[in-house]
Amino acid sequence: MVISMSTDVKRGITAVPDNFIPLIEIDNLQVEYLAGRGSVRAVDGVSFSIGKGEVVGLAGESGSGKSTIAQAIMRILQPPAIITGGQVLIGGRDVLQMTDRELRKFRWDEVSMVFQSAMNSLNPVATIGDQIIDAVMAHRKINEHQAREQAKEMLQIVGIESDRIDSYPHQLSGGMRQRAVIAIALALQPPLMIMDEPTTALDVVVQREILAKITELREKFGFSILFITHDMSLLVEISNRIAIMYGGEIVEMAPSRELFENPLHPYTQGLMASFPALTGPRKQLEGIPGSPPDLISPPSGCRFHPRCPHRFGPCDSVHPPLIEVRPNHFVACHLHTTSEGSAQ
Amino acid sequence: MSEQRDLVLDIKNLTKHFPMGGMRDTRKVHAVEDVTFALPRTEIVTLVGESGSGKSTTARLISRLIEPTSGEVIYNGKDVLKTQPGGASLEYRGDIQMVFQDPFGSLNPAHTIGYHIERPLLIHKKVSGRKALKDRVHELLDTVGLGPADETAAKFPYELSGGQRQRVGFARALSVEPKVILADEPVSMLDVSIRVGVLNLMKRLAEDSGLSFLYITHDIASARYISDHTNVMYAGRMVEGAPSDTLVHEPAHPYTRLLLSAVPNPHAGLRTQETQARGEIPSLIDPPPGCPFAARCPHVMDVCRQIMPGAVTIAPHHWVRCHLYGDGGESPLPNAANSVG
Repeated sequence: MVISMSTDVKRGITAVPDNFIPLIEIDNLQVEYLAGRGSVRAVDGVSFSIGKGEVVGLAGESGSGKSTIAQAIMRILQPPAIITGGQVLIGGRDVLQMTDRELRKFRWDEVSMVFQSAMNSLNPVATIGDQIIDAVMAHRKINEHQAREQAKEMLQIVGIESDRIDSYPHQLSGGMRQRAVIAIALALQPPLMIMDEPTTALDVVVQREILAKITELREKFGFSILFITHDMSLLVEISNRIAIMYGGEIVEMAPSRELFENPLHPYTQGLMASFPALTGPRKQLEGIPGSPPDLISPPSGCRFHPRCPHRFGPCDSVHPPLIEVRPNHFVACHLHTTSEGSAQ
Repeated sequence: MSEQRDLVLDIKNLTKHFPMGGMRDTRKVHAVEDVTFALPRTEIVTLVGESGSGKSTTARLISRLIEPTSGEVIYNGKDVLKTQPGGASLEYRGDIQMVFQDPFGSLNPAHTIGYHIERPLLIHKKVSGRKALKDRVHELLDTVGLGPADETAAKFPYELSGGQRQRVGFARALSVEPKVILADEPVSMLDVSIRVGVLNLMKRLAEDSGLSFLYITHDIASARYISDHTNVMYAGRMVEGAPSDTLVHEPAHPYTRLLLSAVPNPHAGLRTQETQARGEIPSLIDPPPGCPFAARCPHVMDVCRQIMPGAVTIAPHHWVRCHLYGDGGESPLPNAANSVG
């Protein structure tokens, strides 16, 4: 494993950067949805950090809590969802304690967000130029002419001709709309962008272009990305580190290539064995039997144990903690709690 | 493609033009244009393409949910468009079944799972008597892996996960003992971990029950996983067809190559090469003559903008519609692009 780690370092992107400086730290975040039958712990004690210039991927099935984390960081959760505990620290301040005034500055200036469906996140009755100008003028003391120039520049950066600035969203194709959304998110050059399934609604060819553009921009401006998707193969390509969510918890977190080559949690292994390969031998795949957990009454012990092919003694009673079993490789699984080097 | 094979479906020159809708608007959307392919008995054949490429429309034309503008749908040797000009017979509708993309929208929330499967059994008169009906419903639920059947039959759609609902879709399609199932993106809305289960179900049904599948997807890797033969659609036209493995390893059409190069593939490591072509699917409203991919094609020639190329067979069961492949069948393209991934 040590060998593959060092080759990753050479490749430069998939390993944890040597000069890891945390930009944002999420500590023991808890979010509950108040539902009729009781409350749902959608996010249950999630902790991780994102370094400066780092891309962290968050993967998991629908209902695993990955989008809820993104919305909690931005403080845009709506009731019945409430944040019941934890901290989100950026530059020594806790986002969860910010006043509305502070939040207004924090959003867009420090963190911007790209939502899943570009078609729905743009205002259909305003031109894309106006939507960028709005964001810029709300945060910067510049006049409209300057803001318009900046909007043109942003559009060019994401690969839209600047004379499309007066186009309405419906005049653009899906790929261009998603670029426009990225232009808006980039407009104030925040140090962190949260991208929640930014390419899921797009065709593969367009997806490839958008990803190439995101990677290019990140290299140019050096911002960090929290990249959320259910598509593991995509994450392995784009992110430095990946966290795997299951039932509201992180069950495994590791540098991308390490996670891809050496998944330790049975759920991660199941996910990896769930997408057919494009090349190589045609293997029979099994997927993961069973269904995602009901979070109103989550399974006791490890939440994955009802679907786990390796369950044994403690799995249905003891909740496994997330521990570092190899450098930077964390896993929450009883198969690995007893092995060497697991003590923390 | 003239050799003798046992074809359950033989689609020839299928075309569908939708009118634009305006009173004086004579323009037409060329959704499906001159599509020809075959579905051999007990095989799984894939139609792969991006959204808007006409793959779902093709399935709807074959099932006769909509009527084609022209072309032939030859089922068991007979052109059903000629023998049943007024619409499909009940028998044809029973033989050709569809499974839809959205398992959340295709079940009625007010009815139990059992009800959904009973309805086609009664309409198509497949069973007689209450006991036989119940037994058949349970048998079908067991077939698609939804046991214990008596519990599942009493449940409502909201009590099932997406994967389970999609299995109900299959049980419902199977209830009328079809010969062909047209599966329109049956797994694209399911979670990754349960997709494989549904794909494996299709494989098993093709092997054990003698069913033939037309699998429609945008995911070329899953096409390779379950199907024998894959056809690529672009802007309403069929541009290439080959055995699924050959298509992935030796793609001939520049569009197929583009599609393959765009698939995220962690096995290949970080990709360094830029995707060759840019842009998006052209407008299908009264398209200009020539190859629809000409505007994006890195190898475009003058002839491409004037004449739609015919199908050229370049290897056994492997054909392509591209001017790069002339009568000699020689490829002037660099071979390097073959090693995708």
